[in-house]
Amino acid sequence: MSIEVRTAAPGPRPPQPDPTDPRPRPQPGQARHSGWSISDRVGLAAAWACGIALCVAAASIVGFMAWKGVQYLQLEMLTSSPEASMDQSKSGGFLDPLVGTLLLTVIGIAIAIPVGVGIAVWLTEYGRPAGLARLVESGVEVVAGTPSIVLAIFGLLVFQQTFMGIFSFTAEGGSVFGRSFLTAGSMMALIALPLVIGSTREALNSIPRHVREASYALGKDKASTIRRVLLPSARSGIATGATLGMGRICGDTAIVVVLLGASMQTTPESGPLGLLRGTGSTLTSYVYNNSPSGEGNAPEKAYAAAFVLLMIVLLLNFAVGLIGKRNKPQWN
Amino acid sequence: MELKEETPQDVNTPPAEVPPLRRIVVESETVPIRVGDYAGPPDPEYGREPWQLQAGLDGEPVWVEERMRTEDLSIAYGEKLAVKGVDLEVNSGEVLALIGPSGCGKTTLLRSLNRLVELTPAAKRTGRIILDDQDVDGFDVTQLRSRVGMLFQQPNPFPMSIFDNVAYGLRERGSKKPRRKQLEPIVVDALERAGLWDEVSSNLNHPALALSGGQQQRLCIARSLAVSPEVLLLDEPCSALDPISTGIIEETIVELRTEVAIVIVTHNLQQAARVADRVAFMYLGDMVEYGPAGQVFGDPREERTREYVGGGFG
Ligand SMILES: Nc1ncnc2c1ncn2[C@@H]1O[C@H](COP(=O)(O)OP(=O)(O)OP(=O)(O)O)[C@@H](O)[C@H]1O
Ligand SMILES: [Mg+2]
Repeated sequence: MSIEVRTAAPGPRPPQPDPTDPRPRPQPGQARHSGWSISDRVGLAAAWACGIALCVAAASIVGFMAWKGVQYLQLEMLTSSPEASMDQSKSGGFLDPLVGTLLLTVIGIAIAIPVGVGIAVWLTEYGRPAGLARLVESGVEVVAGTPSIVLAIFGLLVFQQTFMGIFSFTAEGGSVFGRSFLTAGSMMALIALPLVIGSTREALNSIPRHVREASYALGKDKASTIRRVLLPSARSGIATGATLGMGRICGDTAIVVVLLGASMQTTPESGPLGLLRGTGSTLTSYVYNNSPSGEGNAPEKAYAAAFVLLMIVLLLNFAVGLIGKRNKPQWN
Repeated sequence: MELKEETPQDVNTPPAEVPPLRRIVVESETVPIRVGDYAGPPDPEYGREPWQLQAGLDGEPVWVEERMRTEDLSIAYGEKLAVKGVDLEVNSGEVLALIGPSGCGKTTLLRSLNRLVELTPAAKRTGRIILDDQDVDGFDVTQLRSRVGMLFQQPNPFPMSIFDNVAYGLRERGSKKPRRKQLEPIVVDALERAGLWDEVSSNLNHPALALSGGQQQRLCIARSLAVSPEVLLLDEPCSALDPISTGIIEETIVELRTEVAIVIVTHNLQQAARVADRVAFMYLGDMVEYGPAGQVFGDPREERTREYVGGGFG
């Protein structure tokens, strides 16, 4: 057989160079951008520079915080409560803010997951009447776009109503304090909610229609199809949204300052669920209160706490990547 | 050659030979369809005379009886008529192939038989569909769908274990939750009938989506069989599969037809000829021709059938 036989499928001819074109022709091996105009080249260079600048910024955040963190972080800071003292060596650690961060995150996400998954399921699987669905969608967008300080002030307004007294504590005169882990947690849920809804919807939408139909074709109704097929299939999407949401909750300061009291130590109320009805602080408010930018003057502890916070959030982001890759059912 | 599921390297190398099918087109033309000459007593289960019998795989008589029937069935999507006044009979003991050019309404017709077409809001149906002498509109839709199973073009096991996939349709049927022990015999039987048992018997708890495409499709067959349907609707079940998996599934279909009435939509005329006892040719929503496979392929009555079928057989 002749080796000159062409086996490639006949396709459109590649564009041939125009011999009358005065511009210099790109030679093989020459840079692929050689025909580009000056402004294109500048644009490309700027895009490159921006990308690299971002990398530098990210690396310096992590690097700087790690350097400061390793320098100042001591194990006893993680195990001792903050104390009121002007002397940095006597002002204790940040056990309470650390626990506060974890507790507030758990409360917020525990509210956001069921509500968010419910809304996402309703929007993707029912979505009727269409007008109501559109209204819900814009509601989600409004919540997502509201600055957290506005959510915090709004939350204070709501939870200071007399009948909301069970969520915080009622003073002798009958005025409701409005600040507690529960009230802050429910506003934190609003911060996480759009993320949970978004990634759950995305996961549900990526399930092919014929998978739902296969369940209906086995005599199942919509409710059990959602429960037994769709939600398990969307599990990794839900987990991704929840993890993103937890990252946002960990990092929020405004709601903590306004609605959690940002007290130095966790101060539970009496009675059952006293801890949840009491005030406290998180790593964000601790950093704020101890940094020179705030009212505090314990920058070393602020750096150490900020480093711990950064590690928590980076860990959550890492988890998002891990969850996204695994457990996602693939139909062709 | 050993029959095994495709491994990644198998996918790229075409199979040296397609596994032999038990029946080929020539044979299906010559299978005698003996009407009413069954000597035995009427089947007490059905309580009435079989209307015909034909030779099964090993020459044993196969009970052929009407299971489903459509009467003047029309389906429109909005203004567009997709199925126009179709009368069709679906018999147990037979494989019925629906053939016809793309867009002629095969899928629509098939999906109306288990009322899945009702999920499309724009779809309107007129005419009657009868299952065992009862109008399907009178059925509870979940009950109808467990009696009329369906298989899709894309293999679509649920993201759960192999066992749970097959048991899926059995769970939540009554008020009590059946235990795994009770379900196991049914699951094993369904997997055996779908020809998958030997390959998965040792890893029933593995995720179903880790199976190969062909195995997934047979798992979907097992999943449908587990709820013991009387009719099985297959919409181009092999079009996403390689030739070896296709061969295995065709063989499964031919074996299953003794217990379940099978309707298969296919674009592959050779496949229709290999598996079908009866063929319905559709064209632009009309049922042009309906008859025994040998007659429709060998001696079509209608000119349009001849044109369509002629193209497939050279
Ligand atoms: N959901 C729908 N909405 C509107 N029109 C539809 C819908 N589904 C199908 N149709 C139309 O109905 C007609 C029949 O479609 P159908 O899917 O039943 O054809 P088919 O024979 O299965 O085709 P194919 O062989 O390509 O699968 C087509 O003209 C199609 O455009
Ligand atoms: Mg179709």
